[in-house]
Amino acid sequence: MSVLSELSFDSSLVMLLGGVLAALVIGSLVGFILSLRVKGEAGRATVANLNARLRAWWVMVAVFGIAVATGGIGSLLLFGLISFLALREFVTLAPTRAADHQALFWSFFVLLPLQYYLIGLGWYGLFAILIPVYGFIFTAVRSVLAGDIDHFMARTSTVNWALMVCVYCVSHAPALLMLEIPGFQGQNANLLFFLVLVVQLSDVLQYVWGKLLGRHKVAPVVSPNKTWEGLIGGILSATAVGAAVWWATPFTPLQAAGMAFLICVMGFAGGLVMAAIKRDRGVKDFGTMIEGHGGILDRIDSLCFAAPIFFHVTRFFFDVSGQPIP
Amino acid sequence: MIAGALVRLAKVISGARAVFTRPIEGDAQRIFFANHTSHLDFIVVWSALPRNLRVKTRPVAGRDYWVKGLVRRYLSAKVFKGILIERTPHSASSEVKREAARGAIERMAEEMGTDSSIIVFPEGTRGSGDEISPFKSGLYHLCRLKPNVQLVPVYLDNMNRILPKGEALPVPMLSRVVFGEPMEMRRDEPKEVFLERTRSALEKLKENHG
Repeated sequence: MSVLSELSFDSSLVMLLGGVLAALVIGSLVGFILSLRVKGEAGRATVANLNARLRAWWVMVAVFGIAVATGGIGSLLLFGLISFLALREFVTLAPTRAADHQALFWSFFVLLPLQYYLIGLGWYGLFAILIPVYGFIFTAVRSVLAGDIDHFMARTSTVNWALMVCVYCVSHAPALLMLEIPGFQGQNANLLFFLVLVVQLSDVLQYVWGKLLGRHKVAPVVSPNKTWEGLIGGILSATAVGAAVWWATPFTPLQAAGMAFLICVMGFAGGLVMAAIKRDRGVKDFGTMIEGHGGILDRIDSLCFAAPIFFHVTRFFFDVSGQPIP
Repeated sequence: MIAGALVRLAKVISGARAVFTRPIEGDAQRIFFANHTSHLDFIVVWSALPRNLRVKTRPVAGRDYWVKGLVRRYLSAKVFKGILIERTPHSASSEVKREAARGAIERMAEEMGTDSSIIVFPEGTRGSGDEISPFKSGLYHLCRLKPNVQLVPVYLDNMNRILPKGEALPVPMLSRVVFGEPMEMRRDEPKEVFLERTRSALEKLKENHG
């Protein structure tokens, strides 16, 4: 099914967006009140960071809202751009050499646009294998033709993993628009909204619960700020919100809770893996693009793993376009 | 307007972030000297400068490249106001080369006048980005002619990966332009000492911010 034919702006999407905006208004008010009342150096720094994050959230919600409201094309362009910026941050940190230059050029300017173009065509078969089959083989061959064998295996794996995380995984978010779910035609944008809402809310709520109650570290070596209290509180509350908006999805309340829980767990896993990559490269953030958040990859690290898993679980259980399961 | 558009384009392609380890203040004439790994280096340094400094800062570039075609000629004459230097062929005798180099240095000093700053790459040629090569003596001779100018070391990080030597198409990675502490030539400073001191200023920026 082509994702470009429909303009997906129905009442449930408006209500979801309205809910997010209401939450942002409340959050910004709280941030404003805190900025007046909190004293002390550390407290002020935390509140300043909180308010910077909130300002960035306004921008991100506005951009995402516009993208989703303009139907398939807006979402494809937005996530394509996100992939591009994420890949740029990833490759900047990755130890590639001059011999990988051409492979990287193809990754940025051919494989990435092609991956999103395939979603536009609705060509699931090629979309699902473009990067892990053709992309991986092509970039390895292109690098070997450049004739530099130093750290060849590590370099090739790095380019492949960069494509996997930043392009392949992220592209599964707008790919939700390709799904054909009976009784849910023209509303697939809600699925994309559901995914992004739950995954980002889970991040925010883990941060909030962690700040309020956090005592016991989950992964002291990889990500010292993550605590069990934050993790459990964040996942449970984001799952509850996911279940509460079941009416905007093709799921029953229980299914919506299950899906939201899955998204939260995968989001946590993604954040942890990306944190390990940052530690490995000796940096705190992937970039400086979004005030208070770091780089774009710091903002979407949890989306990277949640998007493909949510896509495939939904496709497996709810989509009718595929072959019947034997 | 064209200058503004070019600045933005250069910043998008190179994802360049300017880092000022010291604020660059005052009206002094300056020589910005940077490590050289890519064709984009000059435009990236130029774009990273605050506007008030940028309008007074001119690149030093090879005439053969910048007089080819209308676009290049327009850019170098009207936008960058480049100081174009005649390049001598590799086959020329060392005598001819030395004479040409002296002429070029005198031209630079003259063109700087009392007001302009310039951007130079004292390694002379683009390197691989792994190491900063020893400086050619041009920077020294130029400073002898202009003893009162400020020397500002500029370390370009990651440019060699955006557009390595021998490649025509850039890969859009992120880079940084690190401006170091301004320095000056010392009285009666021997050539070797001066060239090593300026080079190690770049090395230090690379170590601390690379």
